[in-house]
Amino acid sequence: MAAPLRYESQTRTPLVVGEKDYHQVTEDIVRPIEAAPSRLWWIGFLISVACLLFGVWSVTEQVIYGVGQWNLHRTIGWGWDITNFVWWVGIGHAGTLISAILLLFRQGWRTGVNRAAEAMTIFAVMCAGQFPIWHMGRVWLCFFIMPYPNTRGPLWPNFNSPLLWDVFAISTYFTVSLLFWYSGLIPDIATVRDRAKVKWRKLMYGVLSFGWTGSTKHWQRHEALSLVLAGLSTPLVLSVHTIVSFDFATSVIPGWHTTIFPPYFVAGAIFSGFAMVQTLLLVSRKVLKLEEYITMEHIEVMNKVIVLTGSIVGVAYITELFISWYGQNKFEGWAFAQNRVNIFSPYGWAYYLMMGCNVLSPQIFWFRKMRRNLTVTFFMSVIVNIGMWFERFVIIVTSIYRDYLPSSWATYYAPSIWEIGFYVGTFGLFFTCYFLFSKFFPVIAIAEIKHILKKSGESYKDKMDKQETMPVEDFEHKYAHAH
Amino acid sequence: MAVKKFVVGIFTDEEVLFPAIKKVRSAGYKIHDVYTPMPIHGMDHALGLRETSLHTAGFIYGITGTTTALSGIGWVFNSDWPVNIGGKSHFDLPAWIPITFELTVLFSAVGMVLTFCYLCQLAPFVRKHHFNLRSTDDQFTMVIEMTDKSNEEEIKAFLQSVGATGINTQVAEAGWWLGRYDKEKTPFEHKGATLA
Repeated sequence: MAAPLRYESQTRTPLVVGEKDYHQVTEDIVRPIEAAPSRLWWIGFLISVACLLFGVWSVTEQVIYGVGQWNLHRTIGWGWDITNFVWWVGIGHAGTLISAILLLFRQGWRTGVNRAAEAMTIFAVMCAGQFPIWHMGRVWLCFFIMPYPNTRGPLWPNFNSPLLWDVFAISTYFTVSLLFWYSGLIPDIATVRDRAKVKWRKLMYGVLSFGWTGSTKHWQRHEALSLVLAGLSTPLVLSVHTIVSFDFATSVIPGWHTTIFPPYFVAGAIFSGFAMVQTLLLVSRKVLKLEEYITMEHIEVMNKVIVLTGSIVGVAYITELFISWYGQNKFEGWAFAQNRVNIFSPYGWAYYLMMGCNVLSPQIFWFRKMRRNLTVTFFMSVIVNIGMWFERFVIIVTSIYRDYLPSSWATYYAPSIWEIGFYVGTFGLFFTCYFLFSKFFPVIAIAEIKHILKKSGESYKDKMDKQETMPVEDFEHKYAHAH
Repeated sequence: MAVKKFVVGIFTDEEVLFPAIKKVRSAGYKIHDVYTPMPIHGMDHALGLRETSLHTAGFIYGITGTTTALSGIGWVFNSDWPVNIGGKSHFDLPAWIPITFELTVLFSAVGMVLTFCYLCQLAPFVRKHHFNLRSTDDQFTMVIEMTDKSNEEEIKAFLQSVGATGINTQVAEAGWWLGRYDKEKTPFEHKGATLA
């Protein structure tokens, strides 16, 4: 084999293992789509649909009978609703980070995970968006929040309010993520289309592929588009969760009004997002038999990101605690000392659960053996997500259930069945969408894997190895002669 | 929308393809296009394609977004309905930055994707001719356009000599209603395009 078109150092672990050529890559990734849904798929899909229907029922109850169906009351105006909103938005950020930021950093390992992660982002943002919409009292007037010329004055929304910034941020984030994901999918759908034998498949993938042919000029534009979208999505990852953090940081509530929230929230978002990616991919790679594309290397690298961002979150927690004392703001000091750190307070247990799950448990990933252990990774990813849910719960509820005026201090807040049902419903929505995605679309970016195959594939690295380690005379004989 | 005749050469290795393109271009044949299953670094330069201006368009769309946001919010808060919100400034630029930034990104992204689809003639239900169904799988397809003066056998033999593993001839209408502004006649029989 003569010199490859692009060279990657032999010390780098292969990103695609096994004897793979381009056709085999197509086969492996498209085969699960062409097979009929398995029993396991049906079970998972039907459970997800059931959860989704329970969610629809919960939301219907709340819309018909009012937000009073939830247990929110003075002064706890935000409870499970906004906790869940921030949790889902946070999860969505990992997908965009993997697709966009890692593209700009030229990290080849993103190709095994970016398609599924980006799909996860879109579904997570869809779930997140449910909460701000349905938590409105008169949701049938939800379009009031949009700035459009109207007959009410015209009455405009308050552009200085973070709640409106959220509307723009989440809508933009959803739209851009969808465009980025879909434009990357077009060539892969064309691959599925060209293999399709059955008429309805040819029609469906034909329409969805938009007529993609693989022309070089089109690929040139596609690469330019991906690069610019990645460049746009990167600040979007940072800005969207910053804007979500502004919902709290721009208020006056003790424990909320702090400048550390933007980086704290963004790091936490990446943290929980990567954990959810791990949860999804560990199952997907096993069931769809894609272990040779989502390798141990991918799992390990993502665990490294988890321990990094978990540590950043830990540092943020400690900074918050320190400033609550150092700043000498009595209200903030009280909020931390009595509502959070005091384990005997009504929600003290939640604070310690959060600390344990988010700060202590990911430290296990300092050990290589643990990073490469699939069971540990799976359980850790679930623990991290639970911990991050509690982080949002602790921030929201422990700050507002006892704020400035003791006479308003509320009694214990626990969710009603409809709040729980709404949350379960979003899980149903998320997993229904993910099951449909994994059945009908390629879960791995086929064209991108082919793009890196000849430099990061194991069989090509082996060939390069042979070439690099052969004796000088053999090398000369093979390559220096004019054949 | 001219129906033309093409000689199609199929390659299975990029390392054979690159020198082949060079030789075909030096020999003076007109390469209609090369279809590949994934983007190949350097292929656009090998074919002599000009750089895309898609990112310039993206920048212009982004600037449009910034202008729309700032002027829209500015007009609402200063001209249409200036509200006294606790004596705060009517021109509160820091508070407008999140929305301005988001609209910049939104306009740029949506504009670029639509422009991309327009330029590449990609849309649902578009019918295009596919020269080789395996060019989205594992083969590289070089398509040479035949003119009145070209000799089919000569081109075929040439492709054979540069390393093509499969060669055939196809008659097709390459390009859709937006693309080719040829007003040429259709000297060859038209077999009908495949569904996109």
